[in-house]
Amino acid sequence: MQVLEDLFYTKSHEWIKFEDEKTALVGLTDYAQKELGELVFVNLPEEGEETKAGASFADVESVKAVSDVYCPLTGVVGTINEELLDAPELINESPYAAWFVKIEDITDKVELLSAEEYEEYVQKETEE
Amino acid sequence: MGSFVPTTEAERQSMLSAIGAEKIEDLFSQLPGEMLLDRGLELPEGMTEMEVRRKMEGMAGKNKKFTTLFRGAGAYRHYIPSIVKSVISKETFYTAYTPYQAEISQGILQSIFEFQTMICELTGMDASNASVYDGAVAAAEAVAMCRDRKKNKALVSAAIHPMVLETIRTYCFGSGMELVVIPEREGKTDLDFVKDKIDEQTACVYMQQPNYYGILEAAQELGRITHAAKAKYIMGVNPISLSIVKAPGEYGADIAVGEGQPLGLPLAFGGPYLGFMACTSELTRKLPGRIVGETVDARGKTGYVLTLQAREQHIRREKASSNICSNQALCALAAGVYMAAMGAEGLRQAALQSMSKAHYLAGELKKIGYPLVQEGEFFHEFVTSSGVETDIVMKALEEEGILGGYPLSGEREGQILWCCTEMNTKEEMDKVIAVLKEV
Amino acid sequence: MLIFEKGQKGRGSGILPACDVPVVMPGEKDKRETDLHLPEVSENDISRHYSELAGKAHGVNDGFYPLGSCTMKYNPKINEEIASLPGFTEIHPLQPKETVQGCLEVIKTTEQYLCEITGMDRMTFQPAAGAHGEFTGLLLIKAYHESRGDHKRTKIIIPDSAHGTNPASASMVGYTVLSVPSTGEGLVDLKALQAAVGEDTAGLMLTNPNTLGLFDKNIDIITKIVHEAGGLTYYDGANLNAVMGIVRPGDMGFDVMHVNLHKTFSTPHGGGGPGSGPVGCKKFLADFLPSDLFSEDFGDKDKETSIKSIGRVKSFYGNFLIVVRALTYISMLGSGGIPEASKHAVLHANYMMSQLRDIFTIPYEGNCMHEFVMSLSDLKKETGISALDIAKGLLDEGIHPPTMYFPLIVPEALMAEPTETEAKETIDRAVEVFHRLYERAKSNPEALHEAPASTPVTRLDEVGAARKPKLRYNFQDNGI
Repeated sequence: MQVLEDLFYTKSHEWIKFEDEKTALVGLTDYAQKELGELVFVNLPEEGEETKAGASFADVESVKAVSDVYCPLTGVVGTINEELLDAPELINESPYAAWFVKIEDITDKVELLSAEEYEEYVQKETEE
Repeated sequence: MGSFVPTTEAERQSMLSAIGAEKIEDLFSQLPGEMLLDRGLELPEGMTEMEVRRKMEGMAGKNKKFTTLFRGAGAYRHYIPSIVKSVISKETFYTAYTPYQAEISQGILQSIFEFQTMICELTGMDASNASVYDGAVAAAEAVAMCRDRKKNKALVSAAIHPMVLETIRTYCFGSGMELVVIPEREGKTDLDFVKDKIDEQTACVYMQQPNYYGILEAAQELGRITHAAKAKYIMGVNPISLSIVKAPGEYGADIAVGEGQPLGLPLAFGGPYLGFMACTSELTRKLPGRIVGETVDARGKTGYVLTLQAREQHIRREKASSNICSNQALCALAAGVYMAAMGAEGLRQAALQSMSKAHYLAGELKKIGYPLVQEGEFFHEFVTSSGVETDIVMKALEEEGILGGYPLSGEREGQILWCCTEMNTKEEMDKVIAVLKEV
Repeated sequence: MLIFEKGQKGRGSGILPACDVPVVMPGEKDKRETDLHLPEVSENDISRHYSELAGKAHGVNDGFYPLGSCTMKYNPKINEEIASLPGFTEIHPLQPKETVQGCLEVIKTTEQYLCEITGMDRMTFQPAAGAHGEFTGLLLIKAYHESRGDHKRTKIIIPDSAHGTNPASASMVGYTVLSVPSTGEGLVDLKALQAAVGEDTAGLMLTNPNTLGLFDKNIDIITKIVHEAGGLTYYDGANLNAVMGIVRPGDMGFDVMHVNLHKTFSTPHGGGGPGSGPVGCKKFLADFLPSDLFSEDFGDKDKETSIKSIGRVKSFYGNFLIVVRALTYISMLGSGGIPEASKHAVLHANYMMSQLRDIFTIPYEGNCMHEFVMSLSDLKKETGISALDIAKGLLDEGIHPPTMYFPLIVPEALMAEPTETEAKETIDRAVEVFHRLYERAKSNPEALHEAPASTPVTRLDEVGAARKPKLRYNFQDNGI
């Protein structure tokens, strides 16, 4: 499992990359994409939509399942990664490059984990 | 008594002893005793095959089968080539379940892929599903497809089939979508009303071409008005007409739906029929129901599978936008065989003849005092007024074995909706005129 | 090869005679301009094409089809003949009432029989399938609450073992779904149910026997809890084949239900449809039914629709020819044969389960009803062979696999429903095949991962199909 040092993580397996205090990219972690298997579609929110920290704001589909993706940040969807709509396999191929959305005007966030904490968390979860 | 249980007494005993039970009733021991039915079912005694045939033939015999029909209004009698029944009577086709196990369902999956292709061709759209229950449900599902968080209103023409409108209304009652009925003006959808009422909350506009009264609407213009307001444009269409009338794709529709019954299905007192749905590629993932896609197997051989399944109820559960599971697969197969048998030229003939005969009959009716209620181009149905009470007109025709046009009601009391197909001969039409001259 | 790739340009069969009146065409603005590509084939081409396709499919007539929750019983041939009588097929749905007395008799008689079997008072035949029936039934519940001015009931309670259509149907009528867990016995958790109900409960959807094949013995308590909270109870009739003549949904405390004629009453599945999902209800809900129910007033527009009616859910009166088939079947079996069918469905399922206990885990104790669920979790841990692999192995043996990965609460689930119409030797052979596959999972798992080998195609690339959907034949790409 790959975990990048300079990112933050959530317990629901999203990664967050802050560009500044008010702006961040959000995607799914390598661990998550492996668990979900080969993804065939992603539903993204619309630009301009407000997000609420901890609420579902997107979902990803494999052939036989659909899973919610939770937004770790309260803010506004600035940009969505339209490339994913045509090529959801990018999430499997390079999860940390395949950002879902850019959140702007961030006012709140869920509990975020550091790379090290996330690694520990996943380890514990898989052991269980 | 007929029975389809093959189990003999000896087999019953042997199975029971393998289970460790004495009698079949023991297997029901967990059922609360006070709830058990303490009497036999009050049904007639079972019948042998011979007896049941007599009973059912007796019921069928109580219906009057008209050999000459001038009635459509949502159910159309077209010629059905013999090959259609022959194919759908193949046991494997009609006794199979939904093709969930693709490796042993290639025949059914391929036939659906072919059906989807034909529907796309007819409608001029990019993608089609494998069918829904009927044209009315197809319309209601199409309206539901367009709904999103910001757009919760549907504008639906009053000039569509009343049962379709009623079905859309029921589905909207369920989902909480707002339904605005666009009034008709002189037998057509009132475009000014649409211009006036369409707004940012409008998810879609639904119209029917040709409409309930048979009239060809200003479909292109309505499409433009709809798109200018960023709403989706849904057209309900008659599949036979599409071989000569502009396809929804040509008119600029986003979704095309319709009743597929004219494509090789018998009248059958209203069902089973066939709802078809097709849309632009942008909307494909919002289509309800099953969709078949082409792919390859582990050895690189072309094959077909149910695809985009994560949209459906068995995966998405309460988040699915439709609950459809069973559809009308065998009817879709019939339609596919029908279109293959007719070919583009045969279908064109069916459409042209239906339209031509309707115009001939309309012309003759006018001469004897049954003029068109509204001028305007029509396909194979049209409305006339009647100088005589419609009940009397219908009775007179019925005595000659003819099912006349459909008498309309409400504000259109006294008007008759006539329909012709290629099945109606000139002789039959002249007969109608002769009968009506006498009433 | 697709039908579009067969035949020749210009080929076809002359089916229609020449037009005997002057030809009229649509005007310029409404005339079709795009080419219409349809097959150009002879009748012989068509006949062989579909024979080839039929050869690449599997129906109940081809072999054992123990697909759980689908009741793949034998489809009697007499049904098909009766449904083909011109006295039924050639009747226009808008004919005058006095000319369709036979059709009305079919519907009324079937309503009467089904009400007796289910313990309901009235029935509508408009719904075209089970899911359509659920939608209709939930609308009755919604209309009932609204008619009483009770607008706060917005939640439907559904056990976690339910069919996927249940929560989807609830959403379609604007209800939120509250899922209640099952107990270790596979039954509804009464405490959780008690905690879930309240002033916002519109109703409960339940199938009994449930999707684990178990009869919930607390059913009277369950329906009582919901009723006391002011909710109504909906019975998903998918599993009715287990209990006909033994216990009735109406007597279990259910207010509204659907029946799957294409499961319980032997009408064929048609490769996915048409089915028929008539909805029955207790008297107090009858006024809310779709309009055509009041068939004594059929054709009388003023009386047809009750003001309280939820309206139509479909054109005309439902999948009529399917109702004809079901009536034929019920008439043949009659008061003795209907319970006999259910008893044998349960006998056969218990027998098959008893013969597979030694290799697969049966997650719940006790007798099953007409179907049972096995878990292959242990086998997967040990050998890497999953429920999917075993299912694919069955294909090579000419057996349609049980339902896979359902219900969701059982890992590596296979759900088998042999039905009453299968002979003991058919079940015995399937049992033997299961054992053989089990042995192969242990000795040569690789081979099973590759199964099936003898089918027209091997395992298909579903990921590729979903990522780059190709949903129609493209004539341009093929130079047509």
